[in-house]
Amino acid sequence: MTSLNTTANDLVDKVDLFLDIAPPENERDRTLALAQLAAAEQTWAVNIPSSPIDWQPLLNFLGIVAKRLLPWLVPLALVIVWQLSSTLGWLSTRVLPAPLSVVDAAWALAESGELWTHVRISAGRALLGLAIGGGLGLVLGLLTGSVRWLETLLDSTIQMVRNIPALALIPLVILWFGIEESAKLFLISVAVFFPIYINTFHGIRNVDPGLIEMGRTYGLSRWGLYRQIILPGAMSSILVGLRFSLGLMWVILIVAETISAQAGIGYLTMNAREFLQTDVVLVGILLYAALGKLADVFAKGLEKYWLRWHPGYQ
Amino acid sequence: MTEHNTSTGQGGVRVQARSLGKSYGQRRVLQGTELVIEPGEFVAIVGRSGCGKSTLLRLVAGLEPATQGDLLLDGQTVKGLNEHTRIMFQEARLLPWRRVLDNVALGLPESGQAAAAKVLEQVGLGDRQKEWPARLSGGQRQRVALARALVHNPQLLLLDEPLGALDALTRIEMHELIENLWKANGFTALLVTHDVQEAVALADRVILIEDGAIALDERIDLPRPRSRGDARFAAIEKRILDRVLQREDPEPSVDTSWITTPASGLRWAI
Repeated sequence: MTSLNTTANDLVDKVDLFLDIAPPENERDRTLALAQLAAAEQTWAVNIPSSPIDWQPLLNFLGIVAKRLLPWLVPLALVIVWQLSSTLGWLSTRVLPAPLSVVDAAWALAESGELWTHVRISAGRALLGLAIGGGLGLVLGLLTGSVRWLETLLDSTIQMVRNIPALALIPLVILWFGIEESAKLFLISVAVFFPIYINTFHGIRNVDPGLIEMGRTYGLSRWGLYRQIILPGAMSSILVGLRFSLGLMWVILIVAETISAQAGIGYLTMNAREFLQTDVVLVGILLYAALGKLADVFAKGLEKYWLRWHPGYQ
Repeated sequence: MTEHNTSTGQGGVRVQARSLGKSYGQRRVLQGTELVIEPGEFVAIVGRSGCGKSTLLRLVAGLEPATQGDLLLDGQTVKGLNEHTRIMFQEARLLPWRRVLDNVALGLPESGQAAAAKVLEQVGLGDRQKEWPARLSGGQRQRVALARALVHNPQLLLLDEPLGALDALTRIEMHELIENLWKANGFTALLVTHDVQEAVALADRVILIEDGAIALDERIDLPRPRSRGDARFAAIEKRILDRVLQREDPEPSVDTSWITTPASGLRWAI
């Protein structure tokens, strides 16, 4: 027993050694590893008191840990190389600041509250644009998808306008709205309108007519049909449109804010550029990335919830 | 059909077709159909595909208007959908985004959940209430569809080849289930099928439709539940099947006269 315990303790140390190279967020993995080891130890003690140790579960476990850490190896190495080249002076901070100074800048901005103000303003802008353009796209898509004569009346016009890239409108938009808030909202709204419109339209058109017929024979009213059959049937397509729109929304926001802004992440970065604060510029870029990722995670979450009946999303 | 007096539903409805016809443009699908189905009767309609049997069912359901003649339910002309008529389709047509129980309760008020659960119990799926339809087998889906139809206590149940896609064993189970629920509820049932055995197993009368007209109307007087191994069952099934396939000689006898005919005198169906 004692010899077994010592071996197990050695193993704990090995796991520790292995995990030492991992970033600190792997604390949970470590705890898990220890728990698993403890369990394994007990199994040995009870089942095979005198047989040689069965290494297999531990090796399997280490394999799993290694597999999960492997994808992080290259990014980690890159960051380390980047940090080293900055520290050793190979990389001018005018080109790229050291990762640690980016973290410092982000920390300072967060502490002063400046960061949150800008994030709030940018996110608010993006979401308001999405609400206006996306809402309009949803309503028009529902209408043209459900009512034939409205499709005939509107769809070809919308398809024609769709071919104009939103960013091509910038000169016109500046003439119309100046460089005020409404110009940015307009650009975002125009850009997010089309993906949601088209996907809503097609979603409605692709609802199984058999289900609609069934609903009619089971006495559903028009509104009941719409709410219980047509809308849920179109939902997966509408959500695809939403995800497209979310991607576009950030791109357009970045361009619009870079052209001119008195607040927001774009303002933060352009202002920092004036003063050669590359670290703050990088914070801004990373913020855009984080917001984009957050929006995508949110949209995925919606899909997971609303389409939980769908075998493809389970 | 007073033998079904154990009825818990609202009883059956009388269906009457008077020189009923339906055309799609120039194409006549159904013409001059005369048919009476008594309340509580179980009638099966057989025929080759495209003979107009499903069209007749859709006319009775009120899904499509007739182009000629009248269709009466208890003396009332059918004008559109009827709340006492329910259909089971070829496919289950469950809403994939609603759980099984909510599918059965479709079109019911909030208070209908208890009734839905009870009917689901009757079709043997009481323990699958919270399941998504995607997780059910084909037979289970059709059971849910049956429960969804029966929870409304229909006076007329229309079955549009609902078992066509199921395997043979599941189909036999479903026959028993449908027969028992029909006996218990006393509704009029109209089954469209291409399976003559299914028709003989379930129906009081088997009707054959050919080229848009009724070609055969045969009462099946076998006692229920019917056994497929029974000689009389087999004889009836064969007779109807021969008629469907339009075999000339209904009495099975060995005809040897053709042997003396030269090959040029034969017509080959190749």
